[in-house]
Amino acid sequence: MAKAKETVSRTILVALVLSIVFSVVVSTAAVVLRPAQVKNQDLDIKSNILAAAGMLEAGSSADKIEKDFELFDVRLVDLDTGDFVEPSVVGVEDPMKYDMYKAASDPAMGTVIPSAEDQAGIKRRPNVAKVYTLSENGKLVRVVLPVHGYGLWSTLYGFMSLEGDLNTIEGLGFYAHAETPGLGGEVDNPRWKQQWVGKELYGDEPTEPLIQLVKGGVGADAKDKEHKVDALSGATLTSRGVERLVNYWMGDRGYARFLKKLREGEV
Amino acid sequence: MAETTAKQVLFEPIFSNNPIGLQILGICSALAVTTSMNVTIVMCLSVTAVTAFSNLAVSLVRTQIPGSIRIIVQMTIIASLVIVVDQILKAYAYEISKQLSVFVGLIITNCIVMGRAEGFAMKNGPWLSFLDGIGNGMGYSVMLLFVAFFRELLGAGSLFGVTLLTPVNEGGWYITNGLLLLPPSAFFIIGLAIWGLRTWMPEQVEEPDYKMSRHTHKEAF
Repeated sequence: MAKAKETVSRTILVALVLSIVFSVVVSTAAVVLRPAQVKNQDLDIKSNILAAAGMLEAGSSADKIEKDFELFDVRLVDLDTGDFVEPSVVGVEDPMKYDMYKAASDPAMGTVIPSAEDQAGIKRRPNVAKVYTLSENGKLVRVVLPVHGYGLWSTLYGFMSLEGDLNTIEGLGFYAHAETPGLGGEVDNPRWKQQWVGKELYGDEPTEPLIQLVKGGVGADAKDKEHKVDALSGATLTSRGVERLVNYWMGDRGYARFLKKLREGEV
Repeated sequence: MAETTAKQVLFEPIFSNNPIGLQILGICSALAVTTSMNVTIVMCLSVTAVTAFSNLAVSLVRTQIPGSIRIIVQMTIIASLVIVVDQILKAYAYEISKQLSVFVGLIITNCIVMGRAEGFAMKNGPWLSFLDGIGNGMGYSVMLLFVAFFRELLGAGSLFGVTLLTPVNEGGWYITNGLLLLPPSAFFIIGLAIWGLRTWMPEQVEEPDYKMSRHTHKEAF
């Protein structure tokens, strides 16, 4: 018996049976749990949009989040022209179904960012972005824009919410990243995120964002303090990534053209 | 070898044969996931579940595993269980699974899991192996919770996310100790815990590897 199990054929048999059994176990778990995971991710994105906009109450139920999210209009924007486009342009019926991150890697729907301009470290950009607008009585009060960029270990995906003037920040939050827990992972810290509220993107030039993440905190009398946010301690590279991705996405290659048109009422 | 009882297998790893304290295994995750109690508890449950079930599975097939591929067989079992745990966390504890990020996947490389599979489950029956997994998981948990308790309390002024010592930057009086939020601080806490443990149970103190011998020649002065 002890000898029989050491033969080559026996070894291959055991390896084969083991692989089959465990691939079934793993695939079953992945398939069975898939719906719950997709629901979680979907709800997470919606609650992140609401959180960035300051509309998420702590401990909201799934239904409440779905209901609040209904208030938003989901629109698609051509980043080069800054105009709204119909969902049919990207081949979907419901704009919610459009995945701008997938589109970025599709040669027909995304473009390569020249490396000199690629502050956010994302290499490719979709031609069409998905934005969330909220109007009250016909007046635009809030725009939530997806942003992403490279930190230290990972690409950070998040949302930035702007007030109706399209300059004042209402919130910034990331829903997916793999930065070091406790250091770069502190981008999720509510206290840190709170600092972004009320900061201003642009100075005199309405297409050039001026956001800076500074070390040592932002004093009450600091110069340009409306553009400055305290960097995360112990996470220099994550902080730099956040600064760059915000400036990239709010700049001319990002949403600036769209925001300019929206501000001037052209779209 | 004396008969090992279920009770011994289950409770010995907690203090008298703690995987972190005595065997110094599993330090990586003890540094990485101990900044808050909530995250730590989920990590502990995950590691305990993986250790217990991988021990059980390895023990069940131990007579069939050819010696030449036994390590890779154990790895396959462990890796599959870790993926399952990761999938479950993503489905039912999404927030915490996001915070644990890569560290759930890294349970695969946790030496405790592999060590118990090779060191215990290959030689013992399924029931004892399962209990051994639970016991070692608890030993790991005790140490992690001890570390997380101090790191979260002194580093962030809270426990389980509930603020106990209001930090200065929230308008309170407590100046948070930033060092404790950084991974190296776990070394200090684990070190102090091991010191405490070995003072309480001196039989855990290892023989020194090297002793200075007496001078053989008299020096000039």
